[in-house]
Amino acid sequence: MVELIGVTGGYGRQMAVQDFSLTLPSGEVAALVGPNGCGKSTLLRMAAGIVPPSAGQVLLKGRPLSGFSRRELGQLISYLPQSRPVPGISVQSMVMHGRFPYLGYPRRYRKEDWQMVQKAMEWAGVTHLAGRDMSRLSGGERQKVYFAMCLVQDSQVLFLDEPTTYLDLSHQFEIMELTRQLKQAGKTVIMVLHDLGLALSYADQLAVMQSGRLVFAGSPQEVLESGCLEQVFRVRIQKGGLQKSGGYLFFPAGPKEEKDGEI
Amino acid sequence: MRSLPTTFMQKKRHNIWILLMSLALFLLAAVLSLLLGSAAFSPAELWKAAGGADAAVLRIFLHVRLPRTLACILAGSALAVSGVIIQSVLANPLAGPNIIGVNAGAGFFAVLCAAFLPHWPAAVPTAAFLGALAAMLLVYAIARATRASRIALVLSGVAVSSVLSAGIDAVVTLLPDTLTGASSFRIGGVSGAAMKSLAVPGAYILAGILLAFSLHCEMDLLSLGDDTAKSLGLRVGKFRFLLLLTASVLAGAAVSFAGLLGFVGLIVPHGARFFVGSESRWLLPVSALSGAAFVCVCDVLARILFAPFELPVGIVMSFLGGPFFLYLLIRRKGGRTDNG
Repeated sequence: MVELIGVTGGYGRQMAVQDFSLTLPSGEVAALVGPNGCGKSTLLRMAAGIVPPSAGQVLLKGRPLSGFSRRELGQLISYLPQSRPVPGISVQSMVMHGRFPYLGYPRRYRKEDWQMVQKAMEWAGVTHLAGRDMSRLSGGERQKVYFAMCLVQDSQVLFLDEPTTYLDLSHQFEIMELTRQLKQAGKTVIMVLHDLGLALSYADQLAVMQSGRLVFAGSPQEVLESGCLEQVFRVRIQKGGLQKSGGYLFFPAGPKEEKDGEI
Repeated sequence: MRSLPTTFMQKKRHNIWILLMSLALFLLAAVLSLLLGSAAFSPAELWKAAGGADAAVLRIFLHVRLPRTLACILAGSALAVSGVIIQSVLANPLAGPNIIGVNAGAGFFAVLCAAFLPHWPAAVPTAAFLGALAAMLLVYAIARATRASRIALVLSGVAVSSVLSAGIDAVVTLLPDTLTGASSFRIGGVSGAAMKSLAVPGAYILAGILLAFSLHCEMDLLSLGDDTAKSLGLRVGKFRFLLLLTASVLAGAAVSFAGLLGFVGLIVPHGARFFVGSESRWLLPVSALSGAAFVCVCDVLARILFAPFELPVGIVMSFLGGPFFLYLLIRRKGGRTDNG
């Protein structure tokens, strides 16, 4: 279980996140949504222990993150940043880096490490790319490799910052299906998503943010019923779409609707 | 077009092959460097000289060729490994010891040491290392404080280099007796190498290369970016500092006896990366061997092109290295287009 208690922080003097409190239960997929610049990624970095909050604290299994060593955190938490340098290393080597938190000196891989790497690559569907250079993969393939690395890391909690950005639709769905499979494997997945449709379809819990603060948190149904998405994103939401298939359609809110607060 | 290895074992076999090729190239270059020069001799002549037949040949071999070849090997491998570390740790392919001011920092402190502690030549490698470290930390601190981009890091390095190079010129101008062969020092050369003067920097370089090899895993993690490295359990600040310290020791030690050798620390890692990728466990040994071979070959050419006159090796290095680097860039671009 991840608990955020009065978390405040940001870069320099500007606090991108202010007094944010939320409890995220184990074994669920949670999505942080909100307009650009509302502090989602900053919050995710603090929750994952990448940067410490200026105030408040993050608890993992009831213990503050500051009480864990960096190596222990590496065994408990995985974090995928949105932007990262593309290394010129092979896919298999990249996935193997996921075992780093478990290696002692002189960094020798054991038999079970190799077996986990093979299994994770099969799970993510990247075995055929094992010897390929990361820099020669498409964005979707690369993202699947990062997912395999997270699985090899064998952590309980995964923090993903906009995992579907820059991907075409089919790769977006593939990545979201992988998050669903991670949940089925007992992992907790907490991600920042800019696509409201994907967040509503795949997350068990949604936290809606605006200007660094939590506006509302709950199941997709509760969030929809609260009307906070319309208020924060200034859109009208229609469930079902043309085929009534269970997806969502979003329309810009007109001046009248906005004024009257209608959907 | 190069065919791409698709399985991990294919890639491993490919890299082992490149490593063996680099080793062969290094041995060949070292032998050429021992035998060729304004006075060339064959292995058979050298063998006879070792038996006492020709004292002059033996003297040239022991007091000129051997220290000079050793200097080329030490400087080439040290600067290449230093370049690999800097590029990985700063996750910046444009970085290199001469680009981000490390060589100039080492040179400035070495010249200062020669000017103010003229009777203590053994202190020069340590002073060069301190200068290299100071310059690197300064550039890195500027980049961190301003959250600068990769380009800004390189530009701040160029600015720091420029100031430190002006410092070298100022010391050499105001105290002309500081450094005999000041121009050779600025261009880079190993013509004055002696076994005695190589002992201290040689020990620094050997220790630095061994430390770099033992930290290859940490280097790879740092090249993934700070956030990913942290999330994988790496203490980023500690290992970045340790690796930058190692890179400074290597560059400082090389500059202390070989001067401001051109861009071997930039182009050799790039050339090696072209063949084996960026994994440090392959990139480090291939770069170390190729860097040593490259400096040996350039020094042989510097000796024989206009014999009996000699060019400083830095000139030949820039003439050969520049076009080779451009060739790699053009070939690499073509490969990417073909493979999407």
